[in-house]
Amino acid sequence: MAQNAVPLTAKPKKRKMGHLERKNTLVAFSFIAPNFIGFAIFTLIPVVMSVIMSLMESKTGAIFGAKWVGLANFEEIFNVAKVSGKIAEEGLLSGLTYFFNRVDLGIALKNTVFYTVVTVPLTLVCSICLALVLNRAVKGAVAFRAIFFFPYVASMVAICVCWNFMLMKDGPINQLLMSIGINFNKSWTADSTMAMWAIILVSVWRSMGYYMVIYLAALQGVPRELYEAATVDGANKWQQFWNITLPQLNPTTFFSSIMLIIGCFKIYDTVAIMTGGGPGRATKMLVTYIYDTAFVQFNYGKASAIAMVLLVIVLLVTVIQFSMEKKFSND
Amino acid sequence: MSGYKLKTVRKDNRAMQHVGKVFLYIVLIGLALFTLIPFVWMLSASLKLDREVFSFPMKWIPETFHWENYLVIWTKVPMLMFFRNTAIVALSVTLIQTLTSSFAAYAFAKLHFRGRDTLFLCYIATIAVPWQTYMIPQFIEMRAFGLYDNLQAIMVLQAFSAFGVFLMRQFYQGIPSELCEAARIDGLSEYGIWARIMLPLSKAAIATLVIFTFVGTWNDYMGPMIYLSHDSVKTVQVGLRRFIQENSSDYHLIMAASVVSLIPVSIVFLCLQKYFIEGIATSGLKG
Repeated sequence: MAQNAVPLTAKPKKRKMGHLERKNTLVAFSFIAPNFIGFAIFTLIPVVMSVIMSLMESKTGAIFGAKWVGLANFEEIFNVAKVSGKIAEEGLLSGLTYFFNRVDLGIALKNTVFYTVVTVPLTLVCSICLALVLNRAVKGAVAFRAIFFFPYVASMVAICVCWNFMLMKDGPINQLLMSIGINFNKSWTADSTMAMWAIILVSVWRSMGYYMVIYLAALQGVPRELYEAATVDGANKWQQFWNITLPQLNPTTFFSSIMLIIGCFKIYDTVAIMTGGGPGRATKMLVTYIYDTAFVQFNYGKASAIAMVLLVIVLLVTVIQFSMEKKFSND
Repeated sequence: MSGYKLKTVRKDNRAMQHVGKVFLYIVLIGLALFTLIPFVWMLSASLKLDREVFSFPMKWIPETFHWENYLVIWTKVPMLMFFRNTAIVALSVTLIQTLTSSFAAYAFAKLHFRGRDTLFLCYIATIAVPWQTYMIPQFIEMRAFGLYDNLQAIMVLQAFSAFGVFLMRQFYQGIPSELCEAARIDGLSEYGIWARIMLPLSKAAIATLVIFTFVGTWNDYMGPMIYLSHDSVKTVQVGLRRFIQENSSDYHLIMAASVVSLIPVSIVFLCLQKYFIEGIATSGLKG
């Protein structure tokens, strides 16, 4: 939360620079320059360029001499011609159905939103549970904390390929399911419904330890007196959890949800390694769509247009965060 | 009578507490197993023959330990080179990132000059922008610089993040300005203040930045995926990926290579886990 609460000090009044001030400014710039030059070249310029490129036809990557095409890339990714035709002929609903079931962007959006909507609450619930259990005085808390956190630092390729094997047709997970009477005789990642759940499973498993750490820190900040007062009033543990712990954790939950939502919309590694967006287009996500369009089909302009869709979504979430932050803070 | 009642209630409570404790540990151990199972399975599969990996019923402990799997992988794929490349990238990124961002952060936090807030706003504005939205122009730019298929591309890609400057500035703002003032009066230059006062005081923040940059760079997959195509420049992650694609049915070898790829980061984590956890807890790092 602290990340966003940076009050910028008021600008100094404009006046002519004296000798000393000029020297000070030079010194300050010498501090900033090493980082800022790299930052400007490799981050700032590309950020601006990405907006411009989404309005260009660029298949070679040459920026100068690329054709200016206005909104044509956006019309293409939204398949405006087809979708608006459907809306005109058969109504809004069938137009939207067509968009989300036939158009690549629609499918990627639908998949990404589904993935986000399932992953975020699951991760939050798991991490709260872990934090609550570890917040009790248990022996070996440090070791347990390290264990739960470890998947977060393990490299994606190794853990994704391992989960892939475990979720194979004859893998240990299917064997386990068989022993309790569920016969799923297929590799998860080869099944169009289960592939998405495989990705969700790995995502939750990987990030729950990270948010557990954040929740653990937040739990330390819940005032003891609240629980003492509640005990005097005869509230049981369950009531204390619902009426004290959870509300006190609200700011953390809000912050974590925002971070998780943004993280979910940026998902790439897990999908690229586990399913490659398949089977069919069942796990095609926004970023896999961007990657394929840019670095497989070499259609940079179109890929930049898709990237703008991602940018708009992420910025919207950030705006929501800024505007609601006060409401969710305890102090 | 009432005294007697109280006693039994207390006894019941204690018994309940014991049951609760046991239950708690059962839950904890169960969860820990769930978290660790993929790693255990990975280790177990890496010591089997390929046909044993998916045997039914599955065995957690291989009948015979095939340690030779760990020798074979080095001959199948230039793992050592991948490790060297990754180490070069991760170390240089960490060094450049930590130095330049703590340097810049000092000016942003403790010096007054015209244009400071505008410059800092540039940094803040890009923090919210996901890398995936500007990776394409960045790629085109790097290619124009001749950095395609070059390790330096990955270095500059990671080294100048707005995040590092932001984290360090946040920390420096917490250090009282009076310290700097006093040093200035004593005749220390701004560079001296940075080197002899700020840097030693910001060990905790630097530790956080160092480990997260190092682990992030070590584990980065998408950047190297886009930029590196020849084996001679591949990092561990994309190298492992190549190995998987080329030997897709050698499950045991893939798992052995995966285990090896996890070792360096695991060691860093085990040694520095305190800093990982404190770093996240205090600053709520990016997810």
